[in-house]
Amino acid sequence: MKIVACVKQVPDTEAEVKWDIPGGKLKRDAMDCVTNAFDEYAIEEALLTRENHDGEIVAISMGPEKAMDVLRNCLALTVNEVKLCTDAAFEGSDTFATASVLAAAIKKVGDVDIVYCGKQSTDGNTGVVGAALASILGWSQLTYVSKIRSIDGAGKKIVVERAIEGGTEVVEAKLPAVVSVLKGINEPRLPNLMGIRKASKMEIPQWNAADLGVDTGKVGTAGASTKVVEIAVPPPRGAGEILKGEIEDMANTLTDKLIDLKVIK
Amino acid sequence: MANDVWVYIEHKEGAVTPMSFELLGIGKTLADGFGSNLCAFVVGEGIDAIAKEAGTYGASKVFAVDAGVFKGFRADAYAKATAFLFDKYKPEVALFRATSQGTDIAAAAAAQLGSGICSDAIGLAVDGGKLKMTKAAFGGNYTVTVVNEKSQPQIATVRPKAFAMPEQDASKSAEVVKESFVVDEASLNTKVLEFIKSAVAINLVEADIIVSGGRGLGNAEGFDLLKELAEVIGGGVGASRAAVDSGWITVDQQVGQTGKTVKPKIYIACGISGAIQHLAGMRTSDCIVAINKDPDAPIFKAATFGIVGDYKQVVPKLIEKFKGKLGK
Repeated sequence: MKIVACVKQVPDTEAEVKWDIPGGKLKRDAMDCVTNAFDEYAIEEALLTRENHDGEIVAISMGPEKAMDVLRNCLALTVNEVKLCTDAAFEGSDTFATASVLAAAIKKVGDVDIVYCGKQSTDGNTGVVGAALASILGWSQLTYVSKIRSIDGAGKKIVVERAIEGGTEVVEAKLPAVVSVLKGINEPRLPNLMGIRKASKMEIPQWNAADLGVDTGKVGTAGASTKVVEIAVPPPRGAGEILKGEIEDMANTLTDKLIDLKVIK
Repeated sequence: MANDVWVYIEHKEGAVTPMSFELLGIGKTLADGFGSNLCAFVVGEGIDAIAKEAGTYGASKVFAVDAGVFKGFRADAYAKATAFLFDKYKPEVALFRATSQGTDIAAAAAAQLGSGICSDAIGLAVDGGKLKMTKAAFGGNYTVTVVNEKSQPQIATVRPKAFAMPEQDASKSAEVVKESFVVDEASLNTKVLEFIKSAVAINLVEADIIVSGGRGLGNAEGFDLLKELAEVIGGGVGASRAAVDSGWITVDQQVGQTGKTVKPKIYIACGISGAIQHLAGMRTSDCIVAINKDPDAPIFKAATFGIVGDYKQVVPKLIEKFKGKLGK
């Protein structure tokens, strides 16, 4: 079985955000970066699938050269291969362009059965790249997956649970499939020291637009259909009121104020 | 003149809630801004009643793709029907709710048309003939506004409850246009085997009231007290990541960056310090109440009302007062 895990390098949520304001994008190089939290579940699910069904894992990331760090972490976690899709022309890509580049990379890997992605990134928060990827490839689109029930590699079938509004949907789908996973699907493991040491010496293969056969006019800033026109800091919430007095009095005041909102019936 | 503004009406095997129609409110504002019409579209089986109901919420025309193959929601089937409609009618703007269903179709249909989308929009406005779409980034610490000058329609998914519900007016009706579009079952990749209803009755994303707990609760039993308060005031129960990772409550109740984004009218945070990752998921709530022992907890900066105190003493008092005042 051939498994792909898509991973993204994102700014650490604790780090100071640095913008290139006129360019409408992030200064990614100037920020502390980590593996997108949701992608850790995607990598772990790929590892679990390999343990249960054999096969090999290729971890793919699109990003600047610095994104090598997240792929090195994948190697430390013992994925078989990594590919960094990097090209100046990819910079400023929107959701469709990003999915197009990843789709090209997945096709180049060839004979892939399952692609795992995280539900969304913690920087752009779009949560649509997995679905767009499935649509471009014409593969099964399995989003919000909270559990893999079974995978039948020979019969080319997968059964998953999707945690959606109001409950859990059990879906059977054809392989190949793009599966985007939620927090809670597994407990991501940490790399061990030997893995880290080994990974630190490995080369990270890179694919540029030409390697992938991607039309540079259709990706990056040139191809993006959405353009950033403004970046702003939302107005702070008005100063709140800290209630004073005995608990009895504070509870009395608070319940009055909340009942006055006419929301509680 | 700009083309029409379209709103996708979501349903679950023919069942709708008033929230299914919520985007017809902002849709009307945008259509007025463009000087065009507000239209709705529905995909499903036996959806006449839904199409008619969309008229009572302000749609002037409703496009309906009605066939057996669309009985239950399937992303690939619904996205194909949507892409067909977009290609045939070329709407100016198409809005979907940023739910699992809305996001699934919007993403797939946009990809089929070769365009990007703005997802989870919290602001939408027509400015100089262009649609400006605003979304939160980095945990809501920034807002990013984008325009889409290349693709038609300009597609956005919209955060539930970001805009006011439209008024329903039973005297209004829409022209229903039926489209005979089908997809071949054999060409579809997925089949829904079953739906297991959640034991938790309240969907946090649509809840008007949420009582949430964090690390400060100290143990899983703390949530029993929060559940009691939630029950008295008709709310759902949420949690911070710390509480979920401690195993005190299930992950589907997590609010924040790696959980759900919620926008209730009242959000009561108990024993939650207010880390940036939690604020990301709830800072746009209308009224935030913070109950925390630590007067320096960052949650107080986001709170509308704050009580510095131990939730074990404060929450039972609130339950008692609410019960008395609400006659429960």
